[in-house]
Amino acid sequence: MNFLTEPIRLLGAQTIESVAALGRFGIFLAMAAAYAILPPYKPRLAIRQIRLIGADSVFLITLIAWATGMVLGLQGYNTLRRFGSEAALGTVVALVLVRELGPVLAALMVTARAGSAMAAELGSMQVTEQVDALTVMAINPIQYLVSPRIVAALISFPLLTAIFDVVGIFGGYAVGVGLMGAPAASYFNGIVDNLTPHDVATGLWKSLVFGLTVAWVCCYKGYHAARMATGVSQATTEAVVLSSVLILLWDYFLTSVLL
Amino acid sequence: MTSPSADNANRSTDYAIEVWELTRRFGSQVVLDRVTLRCPRGLITTIVGPSGCGKTVLLKHLNFLLRPNSGKIFIDGEDVTSLSWRELDRVRQKFGMLFQAGALFDSLTVFENVAFPLVERTRLPRSEIERRVREKLAAVGLEGAEHKYPSEISGGMQKRVALARALIQDPQILLLDEPTTGLDPTRSGAIHNLIRQTQQRLGLSAVLVSHDVPQVFHISDKVAFMYKGKIRLYGDVGDVTHADDPIFKAFLAGEEIAEDEESLQTKPTLRVEAR
Ligand SMILES: Nc1ncnc2c1ncn2[C@@H]1O[C@H](COP(=O)(O)OP(=O)(O)O)[C@@H](O)[C@H]1O
Ligand SMILES: [Mg+2]
Repeated sequence: MNFLTEPIRLLGAQTIESVAALGRFGIFLAMAAAYAILPPYKPRLAIRQIRLIGADSVFLITLIAWATGMVLGLQGYNTLRRFGSEAALGTVVALVLVRELGPVLAALMVTARAGSAMAAELGSMQVTEQVDALTVMAINPIQYLVSPRIVAALISFPLLTAIFDVVGIFGGYAVGVGLMGAPAASYFNGIVDNLTPHDVATGLWKSLVFGLTVAWVCCYKGYHAARMATGVSQATTEAVVLSSVLILLWDYFLTSVLL
Repeated sequence: MTSPSADNANRSTDYAIEVWELTRRFGSQVVLDRVTLRCPRGLITTIVGPSGCGKTVLLKHLNFLLRPNSGKIFIDGEDVTSLSWRELDRVRQKFGMLFQAGALFDSLTVFENVAFPLVERTRLPRSEIERRVREKLAAVGLEGAEHKYPSEISGGMQKRVALARALIQDPQILLLDEPTTGLDPTRSGAIHNLIRQTQQRLGLSAVLVSHDVPQVFHISDKVAFMYKGKIRLYGDVGDVTHADDPIFKAFLAGEEIAEDEESLQTKPTLRVEAR
């Protein structure tokens, strides 16, 4: 009988474990959120994280945004020319950036740069018992380590996304107008006329959701790193992969909801 | 001597820590198997045993980093097994802990590490914090290293910093997890002496986990030998070190403890004193 019941038992155990893991994941965020609101307030911790997540990512974001804008300018110009609507280049570049590529690419780049660092830092703190050391000193490690990172991500992601959008639009201008010769005046006029507050709000919502997701996943994975030699590297890999996948899934979901 | 029991009445306060029938499982693995142990006030109680036998897990139960599946813990006679988090923070103030790997914050300097509990938990003025930190660093022989980072100093110095940090809030009970692991014999001896001096000077109760035998016995008052999640021997250091127990002797000789030796079901000569 055992060989018949065993698969069912395993399936049940797997299901229970998955649901429990999801529960732990949720409780982790709830605690971090609660401790972000409860005193004592340590704004300097959040400010330090804004520097690490936000300010230190500005150069990378600018670089990627410029490159993305250039490609959009080139592809957009060549495509629009077939329909004789080069004048719409600015609108196309801006819409694509503000609604989709800005939030998504900024989030993916920050995941690679700051998210991985977050997971690795918390992971090594967990593995070397620094997290326990905080608890022993009666300092709540979630409040001290996780809440500031989540707050910082919520502040940094929209700002980085905004930088990405603006730089990208200028990148598109440089190639589309400067190099390929699309009409200069209609590039920015088109953006002003056609980009609605709703488009901007869509991008903003996305960046907030992505920021929360990345900080949540990366902190969770790092915080729960296994106490063994490969614990930190494994946590970091899982954090980056899961964050990236969730960003893309959320993006589709949010696009369909906010459309 | 009364034997420890689950009721709260008439708890003796001669003991800084009493652990009664503590059991802890991780999944299906029983890591602590009905551990009963008493740590007298003002003395060093040393827990020795092969690695993986559950020493660190036991130590982390003493200051509530881990919670037991069953059993009770008394600190200064107070049952702390089922206290809330907020109350636990109060009891935690009695403890200083030195972790196995030091657990220094590697983004902070030596000074900031030692000052950390004061900066985060108190409203002391900067000058007072500085005074206390310098005093503790001097006590562990580390003047002049204040502005170095943990990665820039030797393993022995890291242990000293960790000890200074454990002492900064003037604890009554010191928990030390393998303070000499990874050090050469000379440095181990120096750390052992430092621990003994500090403990006697401040009149601390200490629980020391180590597998640095027999050196660690020189600074121990009570010794517990832990084996496979159980306290196998417990008593005064002189009695335990001469105990006629084959598994303990094999451990002292640094031998791998054979499985068949266990199956002999040898009865250890010394039981936990309290039974
Ligand atoms: N958080 C944990 N989760 C699962 N198992 C653990 C955990 N902590 C310790 N263990 C297990 O408990 C046993 C005892 O560990 P430990 O107390 O660290 O041994 P040591 O005596 O060397 O300090 C080991 O087998 C270890 O794998
Ligand atoms: Mg250990």
